[in-house]
Amino acid sequence: MEYFLQLFFGGLSRGSVYALIALGYTMVYGIIELINFAHGEIYMIGAFMGLIVAGVLTTLGWPVLSILAIALVVSVLYSAAYGYTVEKIAYKPLRSAPRLAPLISAIGMSILLQNYIMLAQTPDFLPFPRLIPELAFMDAVSNYLGTSDLFIIATSLVVMIALTFFIKFTRMGKAMRATAQNRKMAMLVGVNVDQVISVTFIIGSSLAAVGGVLIAAHVGQINFAIGFLAGIKAFTAAVLGGIGSIPGAVLGGLVLGWAESFATGYISSDYEDVFAFLLLVVILIFRPAGLLGKQRAQKV
Amino acid sequence: MERANIIQNPIQNPIQNVVRHVVRHVKQALVAAVWLSFLTLPIMVIRVDTVEKTVTWRWMHLAYMAVGSFVLALAWYAMMERRNKSQAKKELETVERVSALAGMLADPRITRPLMAFGLLVAVAFPWFFSLYQTNILVSALIYVVLGLGLNITVGLAGLLDLGYVAFYAVGAYTYALLNHHFHLGFWAVLPLGAVMGAFFGILLGFPVLRLRGDYLAIVTLGFGQIIRLVLENWSAFSYGPSGISNIDRPGLFGISYSVEQATTYMYYIMLALVLLTIFVTARLKDSRIGRAWLALREDEIACQAMGIDNTRAKLMAFSLGATLAALMGVVFAAKTTFINPASFTFMESAMILAIVVLGGMGSVLGVILGAFLLMLLPEYLRAFSEYRMLIFGATMVLIMVFRPEGLVRAKRKVYTINVEAAG
Repeated sequence: MEYFLQLFFGGLSRGSVYALIALGYTMVYGIIELINFAHGEIYMIGAFMGLIVAGVLTTLGWPVLSILAIALVVSVLYSAAYGYTVEKIAYKPLRSAPRLAPLISAIGMSILLQNYIMLAQTPDFLPFPRLIPELAFMDAVSNYLGTSDLFIIATSLVVMIALTFFIKFTRMGKAMRATAQNRKMAMLVGVNVDQVISVTFIIGSSLAAVGGVLIAAHVGQINFAIGFLAGIKAFTAAVLGGIGSIPGAVLGGLVLGWAESFATGYISSDYEDVFAFLLLVVILIFRPAGLLGKQRAQKV
Repeated sequence: MERANIIQNPIQNPIQNVVRHVVRHVKQALVAAVWLSFLTLPIMVIRVDTVEKTVTWRWMHLAYMAVGSFVLALAWYAMMERRNKSQAKKELETVERVSALAGMLADPRITRPLMAFGLLVAVAFPWFFSLYQTNILVSALIYVVLGLGLNITVGLAGLLDLGYVAFYAVGAYTYALLNHHFHLGFWAVLPLGAVMGAFFGILLGFPVLRLRGDYLAIVTLGFGQIIRLVLENWSAFSYGPSGISNIDRPGLFGISYSVEQATTYMYYIMLALVLLTIFVTARLKDSRIGRAWLALREDEIACQAMGIDNTRAKLMAFSLGATLAALMGVVFAAKTTFINPASFTFMESAMILAIVVLGGMGSVLGVILGAFLLMLLPEYLRAFSEYRMLIFGATMVLIMVFRPEGLVRAKRKVYTINVEAAG
């Protein structure tokens, strides 16, 4: 039972991070129908920013929790700025280009950002400082639920609730939903579509940065290439849930996290990623629009 | 209009216009440079050593970044303006303008001698250039065929395949394993590899036929990853990450030859395969199935309504692309005599896709140019070895931004009916 709980919470915290990254994919896809391949890199940059801020503040001798808070804030701000800039450079000029053009430009951007971090920082793995302290009251359950797991789950939950409120109840959220439904119509009723797209990238990147800092503090090491696999898995999660659907991304992330956790725990740890992709293939074969996606009738 | 302006406003003259223009560009570029410097500041300047708990500040990097991004931003805005102007012009023109170069390339009196000359250079290449150059060219030719294969799936049939490298791996491992266990030669496995590729293409094609667009992309990506991960982890079958070495080179009627001759031999094999592929794909494009693919790409439902069997056309596209990839896999294994799963990562798929899209989707000449550009660029950028992937990524973005339809725009076959002659 304890083993089961351990896998359950492990999967939950892993799935929450997938969900955080998947939200960025799904929001961007919902609005401009682009698989933003550079999104995983934004997550990686978030983790690096966290590392840099934490490193500087640690040498200055600040208390751990305040370092965590500042690292989170700074990395969110910077990643948001990166997401915004990437969109302006690589995607905005391609709004009316053939469909595959922005995809290739996204892949190029992803290569560019990875190599930029590798050259400016280091090609090696960097140990990430322990930012999440072990809380005393967690001792009773620490066999299967570590403090960092709890922290990841709680933070993701808060962020996701905030996002839901933003999308449901603010003016900008409404504009985003309108743009996702029909960009031209939204433009006609006076929505500033360019601004909406920028905001989408900013929010998506911020979420990815939160995920990046949390997972880096949890795993304890980062390098320039971590964004790639995380990005692919998060995209898988977004597709699993039905791309374009925000609750779908969260559900997809959690399903993926649990599937990986249980499959590695009970079957074999060698094939961790294989399970993730097999799950994707199987679900898509039986539900081609994802778990929560709507099967739309094709209009001629 | 312009004249009226000048009369009303005598101060305005062309020189002032240009100056104002330049000033505006410089201002924009300054803003961009400040923003980019701010953006890259922490990552470029601060270097944290978390073990020793020391921080290095590298302020010089900030200066490089500021100057570099200013220059780049200037170039960016200048090119952007040119692009917007030419786009505006294009919208005004009703008849598509054919540039002099494109017109020349369409004339068989010019293209035939050019092609003959190209072939001559290609045939003579190993005699005039070093072993190293020939080797690079063999790799480039492999990518030409891979690009042409993926071009069938993506460029013609419009099925976005992000796991194309899986079929390449299937071919390579087919040869490597058969050679390792049963000592089968290159020529025996070449057709076998093609069959395996076609088989896997259909195997993958069947379940994903119902998916469209990006779902298809992600499922093929998943398949690509699964195949690589299985090769990596199923050591009893594939020898795991360490791979398979000592694969035989292609046989030549039992004659033994040196490494240098082997490269030349490989080169001619590849050249023949490339010519064959070009011939086949060019013929396919204008054939019944080729036109069916184009119809499928443009509109699936309309295509079905015209009586085309969608399933069959899609499976054909998938398995033909896969066959070519598997063939190249066999060649690749024979060329390097060593393979491991690290050669078949997603980056490889992305690279092949980039070849197709950069070159110009659906255009045979474009794919060939794209393959040479993408394969030779990193090779000759080795001088800046550290920065080559950085430049490579930036090039991909730039080409897409300034030439989204690719280097060579695909031409559709046009049928002209001469009414007078017919009547």
